[in-house]
Amino acid sequence: MTTKLVVDCSTGVVEEVELTEEELAQREADAKAFEAAEKERKAEEALRAAKKAELLAKLGISEDDAKLLLS
Amino acid sequence: MPVTYKKIASVTVGAGGASSIDFTSIPATYDDVCILMSARSTGTNVNAQGFCYFTFNSLTTSFTSRRLIQDGTTVSSDSSGGRFAAYIPNSQATASTFGTMVCYIPNYRSSNNKSYSTDQGMENNSSTAYLQGLVAGLWSNSSAITSISIGGVIDSTGASANFAQYSTATLYGISKS
Repeated sequence: MTTKLVVDCSTGVVEEVELTEEELAQREADAKAFEAAEKERKAEEALRAAKKAELLAKLGISEDDAKLLLS
Repeated sequence: MPVTYKKIASVTVGAGGASSIDFTSIPATYDDVCILMSARSTGTNVNAQGFCYFTFNSLTTSFTSRRLIQDGTTVSSDSSGGRFAAYIPNSQATASTFGTMVCYIPNYRSSNNKSYSTDQGMENNSSTAYLQGLVAGLWSNSSAITSISIGGVIDSTGASANFAQYSTATLYGISKS
């Protein structure tokens, strides 16, 4: 059983409520959507790192050298 | 400049966990609202990360956001966050560590679109899976915010998880005068 905690701010009463079928379906859809977004973020990071390494190799300098140049 | 913070409601997750924490019937008597959360996920992915997201007024649409994240190695930003709220540690993170999130929503009763910001940190006493993030968010809806749900705790594998026991969230109302 999957439940949520619902706090009624007008009364302060907290209830543990079982998720409806619709809420369960939304939960699964959200999970998949966020997984895709997270994969996209990590792919962008990897691509940026690869491009950086490629540029450093082309220039024949190390990352520390690049930092020194930009400091 | 906000001069008063008043606790509206607070909740702590029990032994069974919870898929979300929902604040409903938020009183329309403040200027801004703020949520402080301390949370941990029941997810089991080995990278120790989970994350959770917002729903306002039971609506999951019209959210856009920009995230700025550092993970201990790199700093990155993206606009794929949508309803993203925070990274939180899961059951693989160091025992009893909880992530924190502060979310500030100014003018939550406004008839214009609502902006919000979050500042969050995912704790793990390890050399990996350490994340801090800032979110600038926009909910393009003209209705006053009357309910806020923080939930959909998701493991990094894309599997749903729950808030773990002792996770807490508190909603504050802020009056500017």
